[in-house]
Amino acid sequence: MSVVELSQEIRMPDLSRVSTVDEVGVNERAARFQTRSIKNESKVEALHMILSMIDLTTLEGQDTPGKVRQLCQKAIHLHDAMPGLPHVAAVCVYPTMVSEAKKALGNHNINVASVATAFPSGMAPLQIKLEETRIAVDDGADEIDMVISRGAFLQGDYRYVFDEISAVKEACGDAHLKVILETGELGTLDRVRRASVLAMHAGADFIKTSTGKIHPAATLPVTLVMLQAIRDFYSETGRMIGMKPAGGISNAKLAIHYLVMLRETLGSAWMTPEWYRFGASSLANDVLMQLRKQASGIYQSADYFSKD
Amino acid sequence: MAGSTARVPVAKTYKIYIGGKFPRTESGRYFALNSSDGSVIANVCRGSRKDFRNSVVAARSAFGGWSAASAYLRGQILYRIAELLEGRNEQFVGELVLQGISRRKAKKEVEASIDRLIYYAGWSDKYQQIFSAVNPVSSAHFNFSVLEPTGVVSLLAPDESSLLGLVSNIAPIIVGGNTCVVLASEQLPLCAISFAEVLHASDVPGGVVNILTGYREELTDQFASHMDVNAVVFCDGDSEVARNVQEKAADNVKRVLARFDNDWTTDAGQSPYLINETQETKTTWHPIGS
Amino acid sequence: MSTESTKLAFNDGWQYAPAPESTDHIRIDDQYGLFINGEFVEPESDRYFETVNPATEQTLSSVALASGADVDRAVKAARKAYSGAWSKMSASDRGKYIYRIARILQERAREFATIESLDGGKPIRESRDIDIPLAAAHFFYYAGWADKLEYAFPGRRPVSLGVAGQIIPWNFPLLMAAWKIAPALACGNTVVLKPAETTPLTAMKLAEVIRDAELPPGVVNIITGAGDTGAEIVNHPDVNKVAFTGSTEVGKIIQRSLAGTDKKYTLELGGKAANIIFADAAIDEAVEGIVNGIFFNQGHVCCAGSRLFVQESVAEEVVHKLRERMETLIVGDPLDKNTDIGAINSAAQLETIESYLKIGQDEGAEMYQSSCSVPGQGYWCRPTIFTGVSQSNRIVQDEIFGPVLAIQTFRTLEEGLTKANNTPYGLSGGVWTDKGAKIFKMTQQIRAGVIWANTFNKFDPTSPFGGYKESGVGREGGLHGLGAYLKLET
Repeated sequence: MSVVELSQEIRMPDLSRVSTVDEVGVNERAARFQTRSIKNESKVEALHMILSMIDLTTLEGQDTPGKVRQLCQKAIHLHDAMPGLPHVAAVCVYPTMVSEAKKALGNHNINVASVATAFPSGMAPLQIKLEETRIAVDDGADEIDMVISRGAFLQGDYRYVFDEISAVKEACGDAHLKVILETGELGTLDRVRRASVLAMHAGADFIKTSTGKIHPAATLPVTLVMLQAIRDFYSETGRMIGMKPAGGISNAKLAIHYLVMLRETLGSAWMTPEWYRFGASSLANDVLMQLRKQASGIYQSADYFSKD
Repeated sequence: MAGSTARVPVAKTYKIYIGGKFPRTESGRYFALNSSDGSVIANVCRGSRKDFRNSVVAARSAFGGWSAASAYLRGQILYRIAELLEGRNEQFVGELVLQGISRRKAKKEVEASIDRLIYYAGWSDKYQQIFSAVNPVSSAHFNFSVLEPTGVVSLLAPDESSLLGLVSNIAPIIVGGNTCVVLASEQLPLCAISFAEVLHASDVPGGVVNILTGYREELTDQFASHMDVNAVVFCDGDSEVARNVQEKAADNVKRVLARFDNDWTTDAGQSPYLINETQETKTTWHPIGS
Repeated sequence: MSTESTKLAFNDGWQYAPAPESTDHIRIDDQYGLFINGEFVEPESDRYFETVNPATEQTLSSVALASGADVDRAVKAARKAYSGAWSKMSASDRGKYIYRIARILQERAREFATIESLDGGKPIRESRDIDIPLAAAHFFYYAGWADKLEYAFPGRRPVSLGVAGQIIPWNFPLLMAAWKIAPALACGNTVVLKPAETTPLTAMKLAEVIRDAELPPGVVNIITGAGDTGAEIVNHPDVNKVAFTGSTEVGKIIQRSLAGTDKKYTLELGGKAANIIFADAAIDEAVEGIVNGIFFNQGHVCCAGSRLFVQESVAEEVVHKLRERMETLIVGDPLDKNTDIGAINSAAQLETIESYLKIGQDEGAEMYQSSCSVPGQGYWCRPTIFTGVSQSNRIVQDEIFGPVLAIQTFRTLEEGLTKANNTPYGLSGGVWTDKGAKIFKMTQQIRAGVIWANTFNKFDPTSPFGGYKESGVGREGGLHGLGAYLKLET
């Protein structure tokens, strides 16, 4: 089936019916989540959950097979000095590194996620973006993180964005599709809400805030708006969609706030790596330090935790 | 003091204050401040046009954050400046005495400066209430006028006062959300720099107040002509000085504020109108309907 | 739209462990006397009454019961201070004393917040993040007015009144004390203040602050007691001004007793505010606004948004989201930092609320409560909504003063407006719409003293607060809050 025929099968949602968002109200609600006090056993449980939800990421122009191997090593051996730790959800790399990551992870139950579609800018012909997706999937990627065409979206060409997402979804085959909205470029929370609705209707399995390459990346208010969109979509269609905030979540305390927000917006069904991920690189070590501190009562030093 | 057991004191270096830091003048030049017996009290930085230029950049950069701070926060910070100045009461009295002021007058000047800061701290969340308006226009519109800070203000502080004149002019400028670049008194420059230290310790963001020392004659034209300064305040001079400043200011239609006749030593030297002078009025219309 | 199969699960999985605020750094004395003339003294009757923690029903302390003679003592001390030290002092010095109170409150903030939650039942998060900071901010704001009064009244010379008698309620104990004392002092008056009988402790601690700030003795006098003590204050011949916040019923009694006297008075009374959600509102934020409006502080808020009006086309969505949101509200120990809704202030108030819940159900309304657990000991009410009600229901007309919301639909703006105004109360209102013109039209026509557009329950010392109609007379806060404490001479 051609791309055009396929997209005509899936109907575009009426974006004019999407609720508007009050920025001040969202900011206040997001701030209130941060006053939750998560202590003792619930803190330990949260820290474990966060580890299991991390997509350990390296997306640098200077990445090499060696770098990716080392990252995978870290994914498998987060901190052997502490037994019983969960493993991270996935390793996230560029398409040219997928086979390397696949090899390095072997039989371990850690997914390989690949960015695709001319990440991070998305500025390439659709053909190229689809071809890149297929290559990554053929090389073994379990998940594809695509970027939407922000320019088209900001111009109001929602049809274009809808079609490109559907096309990439098709190219994914069995792989799961995460759609990156790049919320830092969308400008307003209204647009974030609309882009979320568009992406979910077009076939996203996950919606994701950012590429992590520009500032601002993920924030609590933006994430809240996306969670609300997921909640409404679930209410309308019965379909669960996953969510991934990425970039800027560098410490455990903040990650716990995100979990609080998730729990109180979508409830317990979403509190697993199947439906929620953190796109982060340095977060894992901070979580490990916090776990150590909870167990021993002593504040930790970064020197004691491997940096890969 | 005489005697072989007398301790050797450490002399203070007086720098200038730009962007929350204390650099020396980029020109490397200085002028000596002498006491009445001819000994050198300090080598004071002879600030240059480049120092002024850098200060304006710092002030402009700080303006966004400072003007967006809540009135409550600005009031809290001004009150904090007063607290810290009170804590250094003796230091400032000593510095005034060093510059030739009698101890009795010095005490009064420091106390008045502290009280003046508290006075303006109290205006931070009130001047808006007395100078703004809801205007009963005859069309179906909600119409309201509010004050907004004008931006970066350059200030030539009163020459005859080391501290009180300086404080009396800085406070109404910054409580209104502006940032400023200040030229200290030329004859009595020391308290301005020590006051910069107090500002620095009071949670005043860097760049909100920048303080230079130097020669009036060298710097007045800069203070009056810089295209990225929105208002110029000057406190000494005559009609000649005023004319010169007005002319230079006209290139970017700066607001020109001559404060020649203010008696900073009494209550006549403080007023919400001094805040109002560095504010703009913005009026907004919005339909009332369904 | 949504079915059982798309219900969200909020009660299983990851739970929050207890996160109690520690109480080991606070000091509550076993007994407090009356704070008169700068020191704590024994009541003339030697009678005391207990104050209880409504979350545990345990006694916290006992406070004095002020008799008529005690009230007289306090008023005399206030008068002496007024004619003496307070009038003779410069206005800017008066301001400095008030600034001191603000500063010390900031320094002792955590102790005050903890005691406020223990004594009154409100969550520590609210007392810590809202009540205490706002109280300090109130003192800060009015301290600044003390030497600036001549700018507030064009063409008039402001003159202080004398002794102010002030009676405050139990829902925001310290904040109400700040709302009363700060402007009174700034305008040059002296004060006799009575806190509510179920929440006297933070007022007693405030008395300690006033003593530590070295205000001249007699400038502020704080005496504890119940309704009789309040009446003695109101009726005392040497009180020049009465300020009361409390129920409309008592407000009317006070207004009657002041008839024929030349005492100035302000009354801040009850409310039954309409919170109006239009179809073009930002719906999720509006739902949060509903929750802020009626469930926080256990609904013990005179300006609570207790009547919800939802435009019919979005009513189902709003109520559905509201019910989901209610499931994530945590009712529990006020001292737990995660508690959203604390204890009902007293057994009496809980009884009142429960009687209204029964009335509502008897009237045929449909009641829904969240499913959260509540502790065994103490006074608790789960967040509750009633649907299937109209303006004729008693639960829609009467002020319940609890976490109970009555929900109606409306169709047109005019209908919403008419019903919003169809009440003897007029304290506050809420409007939720994305359209600016509609906001201004609604605020122009809702007959209430405070209107929140796309927000709710926002307070600031610079912002005037007070009601129309039976919600009271006079304004507190802002420049407009000064006039009540001054004579304006020509």
